[in-house]
Amino acid sequence: MQTLDLATHALREMNAALQAQSQQTNATQWEILNPRGAHAIAVGLDAPIEVTVRGSTGYYCAGMNKQATVHVTGSAGPGVAENMMSGTVIIDGDASQYAGATGRGGLLVIKGNAASRCGISMKGIDIVVHGNIGHMSAFMGQAGNLVVCGDAGDALGDSLYEARLFVRGSVKSLGADCIEKEMRPEHLEILRDLLARAGADAKPEEFRRYGSARKLYNFNIDNAAAY
Amino acid sequence: MCGIVGLFLKDKSLEPKLGAMLTEMLVTMTDRGPDSAGIAIYGAAAPGRAKLTVQSDKATEDFARLADDLGQALGAEVMLQRKDSHAVLDLPASATEHARKALTALRPGLRVMSDGETIEIYKEVGLPRDVARRFDLASMSGTHGIGHTRMATESAVTTQGAHPFSTGADQCLVHNGSLSNHNNWRRKLRREGLRIDSENDTEVGAAYLTWKMREGASLGQALEGAIEDLDGFFTFVVGTRDGFGVVRDPIACKPAVMAETDQYVAFGSEYRALVNLPGIESARVWEPEPATVYFWSH
Repeated sequence: MQTLDLATHALREMNAALQAQSQQTNATQWEILNPRGAHAIAVGLDAPIEVTVRGSTGYYCAGMNKQATVHVTGSAGPGVAENMMSGTVIIDGDASQYAGATGRGGLLVIKGNAASRCGISMKGIDIVVHGNIGHMSAFMGQAGNLVVCGDAGDALGDSLYEARLFVRGSVKSLGADCIEKEMRPEHLEILRDLLARAGADAKPEEFRRYGSARKLYNFNIDNAAAY
Repeated sequence: MCGIVGLFLKDKSLEPKLGAMLTEMLVTMTDRGPDSAGIAIYGAAAPGRAKLTVQSDKATEDFARLADDLGQALGAEVMLQRKDSHAVLDLPASATEHARKALTALRPGLRVMSDGETIEIYKEVGLPRDVARRFDLASMSGTHGIGHTRMATESAVTTQGAHPFSTGADQCLVHNGSLSNHNNWRRKLRREGLRIDSENDTEVGAAYLTWKMREGASLGQALEGAIEDLDGFFTFVVGTRDGFGVVRDPIACKPAVMAETDQYVAFGSEYRALVNLPGIESARVWEPEPATVYFWSH
């Protein structure tokens, strides 16, 4: 286990050390101490390493992650795992706004609640939130899965393209062009796999599925008078 | 951007440390607002007395013999305590309006930052660390306080444009965001007799809350009104004589973190601002919900 203490190491030094790890590194286990809400912790990683951040992080933790597993034992500030490509990011506490924004792949697990705009413009990432999510989540989502074991806030899935949204609790309101859809066996399979990988104690059958009505894909000529 | 910090003490034993705790929180928020900084601090009230905090760009000249001159104009005892470019005038509570008028004649360059029984406001252009040092904020004690680090968007970088803004006795507001309908509200509130000195959007927000409370609303009701009537982005933290309130607009893109223990309620634009508070590891830490009013009072 390699330990980097942010009380004695500069943030850039820590990120440089993590970013320097290659595919064949033997240093696969890392621990970051005293994050104290600092910004941009463990960003831009591209190696199969495991990083545990002991405490809470500020803006943009684990952004642009590839391959690595980043585990935050506290809560995360805005933009955690933004534009993640692959790998896994796990937040034991809550996540602030736009968690997993624009993510292209990998798995983001939030064991507490996520604030507004969770998964905004998601493009292939899988996000599992054990608690609730805030308003405008999955706005303009294009691909991937958003699983919410608790409740969803206002305007879920507004202007959605093709991401799949699964919510176990209540949905305060659906956004424009987002509708409830039939849960088919293949969706239950996807859910079962994601819940198991995220360590969530929930049954796939308890969820409802939401997706795009696909009415915003093309201009509706009946609306021409409005322009 | 802009950074906000706030601290409302429940545990009286922390009161002598309020200034020191707030200063540390304020300096942590320097990256969010390096152009000016300010703090409103609520201290002890003396029966029948009020405090007028004034500021001058020519402090030495303006503050010399000010207590005597004002005392003579009011026919009452006035005491002055200078802190760099600011001074706190201690005078009879019934004389504050008279004192404001007298000051305009006696010292035309003077600006009134706040009036009330317990509030004092200190704000200046410069890095938060330097502003805090000039006023020796760390040595101040009190029951609750609010601080702000500014990155200007809506009006010029001046002392007058710095936060907190006070538009009513013992009231103040700090703001992260920008209001888009402040010109209309400025006109309307001035017609209602509110005193608005700057072109700043936040001052209009402060005056709006003062107006609501003057019309009989509680702090909570005034903040509910702000969600309906003020257009734009805002995370507001408000101070009153014995209270402390927080509200975010429905979009809630301006960050906010709160922490509560048996000893205090704390607000920070970011968690970083809270990390040195006692017992933060076991505090209840949460993000205030959009369009939801939170307030505490003694």
